[in-house]
Amino acid sequence: MEPVIQIGGLCKDYRVGFWGRRVTVLRDLTLAVQAGETFGYLGPNGAGKSTTIKLLLGLIQPTAGDGQVLGFSLGDPVARRHIGFLPENPSFYEYLTGEEFLTYCGRLLGMRRGRLREQTPALLAEVGLDRAARQQIRKYSKGMVQRLGLAQALLGDPKLLILDEPTSGLDPIGRKEVRDLILRQRAAGRTVFFSTHILPDVEMICDRVGILVGGRLVRSGSMRTLLGEELESIEVTATSIPAETLAAVERLALSPPLVQGNHVMVRLPGEAELEIALFILVGAKSRILSVVPQRRSLESIFLEANREAQA
Amino acid sequence: MRRVLTIAQMAFTETVRDKILYSILVFALAMIGSSTILVTLSVGGEGRIVRNLGLACITLFGLFIAVFIGINLVSREIERRTIFSLLSKPVRRAEFLVGKFLGLGLTLAVNLGIMAAGLMVLAWALEDHWTPRILLAIGFTFLELLILTAFAILFSTFSTPTLSAIYTLLVFVIGRLSADLMEFASQFGGPSLKATVNVLYYLLPNLAQFNLSSAVVNRLPLDPWVLTLTAIYGVLYVAGILSVAIAVFQRRDFR
Repeated sequence: MEPVIQIGGLCKDYRVGFWGRRVTVLRDLTLAVQAGETFGYLGPNGAGKSTTIKLLLGLIQPTAGDGQVLGFSLGDPVARRHIGFLPENPSFYEYLTGEEFLTYCGRLLGMRRGRLREQTPALLAEVGLDRAARQQIRKYSKGMVQRLGLAQALLGDPKLLILDEPTSGLDPIGRKEVRDLILRQRAAGRTVFFSTHILPDVEMICDRVGILVGGRLVRSGSMRTLLGEELESIEVTATSIPAETLAAVERLALSPPLVQGNHVMVRLPGEAELEIALFILVGAKSRILSVVPQRRSLESIFLEANREAQA
Repeated sequence: MRRVLTIAQMAFTETVRDKILYSILVFALAMIGSSTILVTLSVGGEGRIVRNLGLACITLFGLFIAVFIGINLVSREIERRTIFSLLSKPVRRAEFLVGKFLGLGLTLAVNLGIMAAGLMVLAWALEDHWTPRILLAIGFTFLELLILTAFAILFSTFSTPTLSAIYTLLVFVIGRLSADLMEFASQFGGPSLKATVNVLYYLLPNLAQFNLSSAVVNRLPLDPWVLTLTAIYGVLYVAGILSVAIAVFQRRDFR
């Protein structure tokens, strides 16, 4: 099956300042996103995430490289009929109401009047703006504008959703609602490509991620591949441990045990050490409260990738 | 075509909901109305004074609408980044510009229509008969303003709003004076001045051709053939400038 997004060797330079100094924003970006995937595009501020998205939509032209979106060349207006896009910090026509704006967008998408009348209130309700539908956008809060942006992105049942920082500017409740909305789109079979630097969002909802640092894609793969199957450590918490037993377990641990009142937590490097430690603790009639395997977090991978790229 | 009309309708809505437009319109009507004060100072030819001043007001305030609202229609979209959500829809950049142009064209037509109605009624009240030739003069003013709107849109595709306004006003001034400048340069100018004026004369529109005020006010005969050619010239000029604007806009990066 053909990928929904496929780009190869994409580069983007900008000319800045009076003398037109060349600044490279994106370097040799090669990426593929499959149909039905939720792809998280990560990177610190200024990494080139928005630039990539604008290239996908044809808002800017690449300096080098090429690609396809939904089987069409980058920036092809026909492809955009099937793309829903939420810009970063969106801004819409302040003199329109939310309802009028969605009607305008629907007409630009070539939607029929009947379908538009059906979808507009449904989408406004889905993003929680049904009560503000007839209010001018100039009276919307930042979160409401973000929600309206999501509603216009979902208009016309797009096959691909491109969301640039969809959770930025939202409170924790709003963020959760957006996460749930993305999960609903995934369940409906839509491909979602979204950029963010809020890592917990990505860990919760993405199938695959790409990490962009300084305009280069430094990591890419499924969450399982990136986070790894291997354990980083195993944390065992127990009570009623005699001193000599604790000394024996400590020799197996990665770091000194953490003692809090009667509770002791030890970090063990792997399963072999866990087996021995459990044998010792059970033998000493200690009470084991929990055994928690610790895997690598996306945050540690992100920070590591960032460090490597800057080095 | 449907998308072009949708964008045109929205551009019209945007201007209609803009308070600046009403300020210009009210001021223009007040100016046309106040020309009756001058009538009291003259003996005879009252209708002529009102028609003369009225047409001048219509050109001036039409110019304000074309320049100050025209440059904002495109540059405000870029500045406020509303263009991102628009051009991420299946909208071609050419459709966007043509839609904006048509929207402002409609705004101009409605406003010129209101000002024309005011002037016609005033002239009728003073002279006790209708002077439909005023409408012909206003029709050509409309064409002139469409050319300036096309220039305003062209400049705003690559420049800041302030510079775009200055450039468009310069086109108006030079365009109105180009024939006179040509005459002046041919009689008194050196070779370099002649060459410069020659380039400006052929590059910029000859807007004086669209100014029928003097002929209409003084009831001079108008050659229908010249009027037809002038109208065709105006339409072709608008098409040419919009084509250049589209070519520039196609290459623009929206960062």
